[in-house]
Amino acid sequence: MNENMLMTIENLNVSYGDFQALYDVSMQFPKGAIVSIIGANGAGKSTLLNAVLGINKPHSGKVTFQGQDITGKRTSTIVSKGVSLSPEGSSVFEDMTVYENLVVGAFLPSARKKKKERMEYVYKLFPALKEKASQRATFLSGGQRQMLAIARALMSDPKLLICDEISLGLAPVVVGDIYNSILEVNEKMGLTIVLVEQEVKRSLDYSDISYVLVKGSVVMGGPSDELDEAAVKDAYFGINQFA
Amino acid sequence: MELFVQSLVSGILLGGLYAAIGVGLSLVFGIMGLTNIAHGSLLILSSFFIMIFVQAFGGSIILAFAITIVLMIAVGVLLQGFLINRVISKGAEPALLVTFGVAIIIWNILEFFFGANFFRLSNPLTGINVVSTRWMIIPATALFNLGISTVVILALHFVIQKTLFGRAIRAAAGNVNAAELMGINTSRTYIYAMCLALATSSVGGLLVGQTFGFFSFSGMGYLIIAFGVVVIGGMGSILGTFLGGIILGVAQLLGGYFFGPGVQTLVGYLTLLVLLTLRPQGLLGNMTRK
Repeated sequence: MNENMLMTIENLNVSYGDFQALYDVSMQFPKGAIVSIIGANGAGKSTLLNAVLGINKPHSGKVTFQGQDITGKRTSTIVSKGVSLSPEGSSVFEDMTVYENLVVGAFLPSARKKKKERMEYVYKLFPALKEKASQRATFLSGGQRQMLAIARALMSDPKLLICDEISLGLAPVVVGDIYNSILEVNEKMGLTIVLVEQEVKRSLDYSDISYVLVKGSVVMGGPSDELDEAAVKDAYFGINQFA
Repeated sequence: MELFVQSLVSGILLGGLYAAIGVGLSLVFGIMGLTNIAHGSLLILSSFFIMIFVQAFGGSIILAFAITIVLMIAVGVLLQGFLINRVISKGAEPALLVTFGVAIIIWNILEFFFGANFFRLSNPLTGINVVSTRWMIIPATALFNLGISTVVILALHFVIQKTLFGRAIRAAAGNVNAAELMGINTSRTYIYAMCLALATSSVGGLLVGQTFGFFSFSGMGYLIIAFGVVVIGGMGSILGTFLGGIILGVAQLLGGYFFGPGVQTLVGYLTLLVLLTLRPQGLLGNMTRK
């Protein structure tokens, strides 16, 4: 196993009953890189994330994190090893304050010790959250929810941060701000980041490596600057898929 | 007029006991969306445990109560870990049926050993009145019930709202998948929650055992009281349980004052219906599940 790889996915197959959602998906996530996974609705992005995080169980294939097999383990176990997912913005804890959301983000014993400094860090990264610290999350705007989801994921002091569909339903300006914050986290802390996105151009611009997922299979993959945007878009829309 | 004041005061005192009966049901519902049909039976089970241990260990009710709490926590681990956690992911209904089965098993075990005999725990406060005037009589037992119930509910509220453990419980209640993503093992959290609920129910079992007495089947009656309390106060709200207990207690005794003691239970539940129409989520229904 390559020492530079933080996580690898090998030949992952996932089915829901008779319907196969992922076909032999293989991906590599080098340490310190930003990797984007691009795909349209229904391409299998959420299925892939859920399989990586043990929310659904793959029927074959393997997910390795830091040399350890984490395939199909309990979600909380996988998270405790250093994988953190920022889910789509709606799944912040609505009835808890922004502060409490962050405290729960640092639930892992390894994260509790660093809670104070991590909280200062995420408040600096997203000052809007500091202003709203004592408000319940249900009163946040869409962009602020997304920030909170990312900040909460960062509180666990992860080695890998996976961001699911940051741009979904947000104004482009807000998305740009959040992306820049993520870039900062990657540069300053060396955190490995996975961006799961529908938007082709932004994903290619911000990432080092990209994978394109179409109908449950990886159809393209490689360094983002070598991938041609037009070709990715063609693949994305299913053009030339059978050529 | 004297009787009215007395009814009001007695209602508040009775409400304290009602709150202690309901709080465990509310906690379990708020955290895992489970209506625990076995709640009343488990509460009565703890009354029986206390009675058994009082006899077995030389009459100290405090020692018997302490052993019972430990035992009920063990029951919580078994009940949640081996039964309810297996089905709760399939939705609330299968888990509800499991608790219904557990309720029936508990009645039958108790009936096997104790028949239909009526028991009462010894109560050193019996016959003592803290206040005894023309306006009102406050029995020490009733005041003790209200005091203990207040302490338990405030402590539980503090734990749920202010500690990391409580926040993890609320996170699991709000969104199971997101809680797991924080590294919280939600199955284990459910076990802790059930244990906490059964420990508080043991307090209810002690107070009920000393105040009303109990027999093998009396769990169902206490389940219905608990339902009333929890629905009025708001499913899942701990402080709401307290309010719900007081309102149900006062409604019953004032109902008895105005319309005669024969209909006081009816008046209590009519009040519940009215409140439910005006505010279906209960008075303080806030720990809502998604």
